[in-house]
Amino acid sequence: MNTRTVSGEKQTISMGELLKANIRDYAMYIVLAVIFVVFGLLTDGLFLSPRNLTDLINQTGYVAVLAVGMTCILIIKHIDLSVGYVAGFLGAVAATLITFNGWPLYLVLPLILVMGILIGVYQGFLVSVIKVPAFVTTLAGQFIFRGLLMLITAGSGTIIVRNEIFRALSNGNIPSIVTTQSGTHLLTLAIGLVCAVLLIFSQVRARCNMKRYSFKVISGGAFTLKLLLFTAILVGVTWVLANYRGLPWTAVVVAVVLLVYNFILNKTRLGRSIYAIGGNAEAAELSGINVRRVTFITFCSMSMLAALSGILYTSRLASATPTAGLGFELDAIASSYIGGVAVSGGVGKVTNTIVGALVIMSLTNGMNLLGVDISFQYIVKGAIFILAVAFDVISRKK
Amino acid sequence: MGDILLQMRGITKRFPGVTALSDVNFSVRRGEIHCLVGENGAGKSTLMKVLSGVHPYGSYEGEILYQGQVARFHNIAQSEAAGIAIIYQELAQFPELTIYENIFMGHELMNGRTIDWNRTIASAKEVLARVRLNENPAAKIKDLGVGKRQLIEIAKALAKNVKLLILDEPTAALNEDDSQNLLSLLRELKEQGVTCIMISHKLKEIVAIADTITVLRDGMTVCSMDARNGQVTEPQIIKYMVGREIEDIYPKRAKQPAGEVCLEIRNWTVVEPSTGREILHDVNLKVRRGEIVGLAGLMGAGRTELALSLFGNTPGYKVVSGELWVKGKRVELKSPRACIDAGLAYVTEDRKRNGLILIQDIRFNTTIAALDKLTRGVVVDGNEEIRVANQYKEAINIKAPSIQQLVSNLSGGNQQKTSLAKWMFADPEILILDEPTRGIDVGAKYEIYTLMNRMVEKGMSIIMISSELLEILGMSDRLYVMSEGSMTGELPASQATEQNVMALATKTREVTA
Repeated sequence: MNTRTVSGEKQTISMGELLKANIRDYAMYIVLAVIFVVFGLLTDGLFLSPRNLTDLINQTGYVAVLAVGMTCILIIKHIDLSVGYVAGFLGAVAATLITFNGWPLYLVLPLILVMGILIGVYQGFLVSVIKVPAFVTTLAGQFIFRGLLMLITAGSGTIIVRNEIFRALSNGNIPSIVTTQSGTHLLTLAIGLVCAVLLIFSQVRARCNMKRYSFKVISGGAFTLKLLLFTAILVGVTWVLANYRGLPWTAVVVAVVLLVYNFILNKTRLGRSIYAIGGNAEAAELSGINVRRVTFITFCSMSMLAALSGILYTSRLASATPTAGLGFELDAIASSYIGGVAVSGGVGKVTNTIVGALVIMSLTNGMNLLGVDISFQYIVKGAIFILAVAFDVISRKK
Repeated sequence: MGDILLQMRGITKRFPGVTALSDVNFSVRRGEIHCLVGENGAGKSTLMKVLSGVHPYGSYEGEILYQGQVARFHNIAQSEAAGIAIIYQELAQFPELTIYENIFMGHELMNGRTIDWNRTIASAKEVLARVRLNENPAAKIKDLGVGKRQLIEIAKALAKNVKLLILDEPTAALNEDDSQNLLSLLRELKEQGVTCIMISHKLKEIVAIADTITVLRDGMTVCSMDARNGQVTEPQIIKYMVGREIEDIYPKRAKQPAGEVCLEIRNWTVVEPSTGREILHDVNLKVRRGEIVGLAGLMGAGRTELALSLFGNTPGYKVVSGELWVKGKRVELKSPRACIDAGLAYVTEDRKRNGLILIQDIRFNTTIAALDKLTRGVVVDGNEEIRVANQYKEAINIKAPSIQQLVSNLSGGNQQKTSLAKWMFADPEILILDEPTRGIDVGAKYEIYTLMNRMVEKGMSIIMISSELLEILGMSDRLYVMSEGSMTGELPASQATEQNVMALATKTREVTA
């Protein structure tokens, strides 16, 4: 009975209102588009070449998975500064086990993830039970794991990994199965098209559902335009990849992480609890949410993703180096904030965080292509980071 | 009575989408106590913000005449310089600083380029004497009660040589004693020539103290009444405020025979671990099925502490002895979750601080305490959730365009209803309501009382903590009175009078070694 439209009240949101209300979300896409256009022009199209786009995806992988975990951490108003060296350390452990001990991958990979969780247990315990501020706990962690990384690589220096499957994780592409005469990878293309169909289907269904419950929805025109734009990008990227070497494995890994975390945050009680704690921890506690346990789990998940990130990074370089992990935490935190996580906590989406990670890594990739000195790269990244946060603070003021 | 000190003429203030004030006229005579009343959202606070320069000159239409001259305040500093001081409901103080530092914060007494601390302390003593507060000026604010903090704010205004003092709900957080104390102080200040505008929801106080009463409704002046000879009555004010006559502020409910005991607290003693101070001493309490039990007492009597220590052992309290019995079984409830599972619910005193998640919408807040009911496997059923939230929104009349409305954008009354929706959905057997009607308007209060009646008629039991004596008398089947951490008495509704309750609430605990 209350699904009826209240007379006189507008039930759709126009394009203008949409832009105004979601300026925070769209800014990120605009920035990404600008980065693509500018670097595309500056590199004479090299930036947009299929080869570079594949590289970009492979490079973004290790930051994207970190950023997904960091988003959860930031939503509950904590921080994890140790993720870089946790990734570096565990990547080196993986490399050692494969190269020096000859362990098989099916043992090494789960073991590394479990070690990640154990690190999370240690840091999560300090933060949630002992109540040491996360900043302090993970700053100490940064030192500890950096030390461990140096220790493990002390004898051998850089550890080269020759295992082909391991290297493929962040360098290889999914098999083609069928290839057309012109060299198009049909499996990649098929996956892209299926994703596009699923995207359209889920968006339309969500909109119908919203309408059924007389929620405000964006107007038909704006909705169609938005959907067409996203579908076009998706199909376009797939087409480019399919005509090169196919979909990178990294993209598959990131997609799985993204789907799982998006599901947890939006559809489960754990996800609700995370948002509730970020919104008002005291109210959450008095509503029966076990704040301590959720905080603990979030830290465990973070370190597990740091382990995965370490695996991807080591795979990408095909080696573990004594300096791996330097500055990862900044990339991850910046990705989250650029992706719309509120500095004051309680708000954030992992889907947007992935776009934030793309922004950060496009910058890195583009500047590398242009041969920008690493010192300037640091300055630019720091500046972008602080701009994103300042923008967030300003746009949330009322 | 004196000449006109302040005249606000044809004030109109628009915000995007709403007209908060339209053509308001408001005039205050020198040396009077002028009460400004109206439901929440009637425009009282906005009017005062216009006056004090929070909404600067130019952002509103109309004219302000102050001391016979046109006043154009662009910020608070200018209005303060003209002798206007506002004391807000939520005090902006520095708890870690001393009384004298707080009093002179922002207008320090200087000796050249450095602060003259000797003169500061001496002056602080003077103004403290004027507000009749016998405290060491070097005491820290955090060690004082709310009543005393309120007086310090007034002292601060006096130190600035205030001519027009504006108080926004000064007694909202005060107990009966402190309120009386404050009101008599206002009378004294009036004798000393300080003019006072007071915004209040407490009509009894208004009738007692006001020289003039102005009623605002929906951003318009309804009337301005001379109240010096006590010719204005509470029902009259209520009629103007809401535009209708509320026959009975407390809705009747069908009397039912008291059921079996469903909650019992025995010998409950609680200490605060950080200080080792005993905050509850040997408290006993029984609640029967289907009754509303009032918990009366002055501020600091230990009522909220009792609720919090009961509701899952919130950190900050340590139960050193005592037993908790729920439905005839002794239980140890270690967390709020365990309490909710045992059938308890607690609607907190301060809904913004620890009741609601303001940045989330009505839907999120409605279901957060009982998401397990909506969970299939591990998935929260989104459609079912929307249905439930809509159902509660309708059933208890939360006024908002949709359940997607962020709770931070709701009025106090609707926020409180959302709090109630949350706990109604959790479907407890025993509901503890801590100050359920604080800071909400008369209409919403009535709705909340009606809801309470509906709940007990369905067999729920309610413990109601309230500082409004009339409310607790009007609603309770039986009531307990606490004082200084102890139960000082239990009264059936028939014997519960204001006098009886006050006598018990002011009873001092006999100290036995």
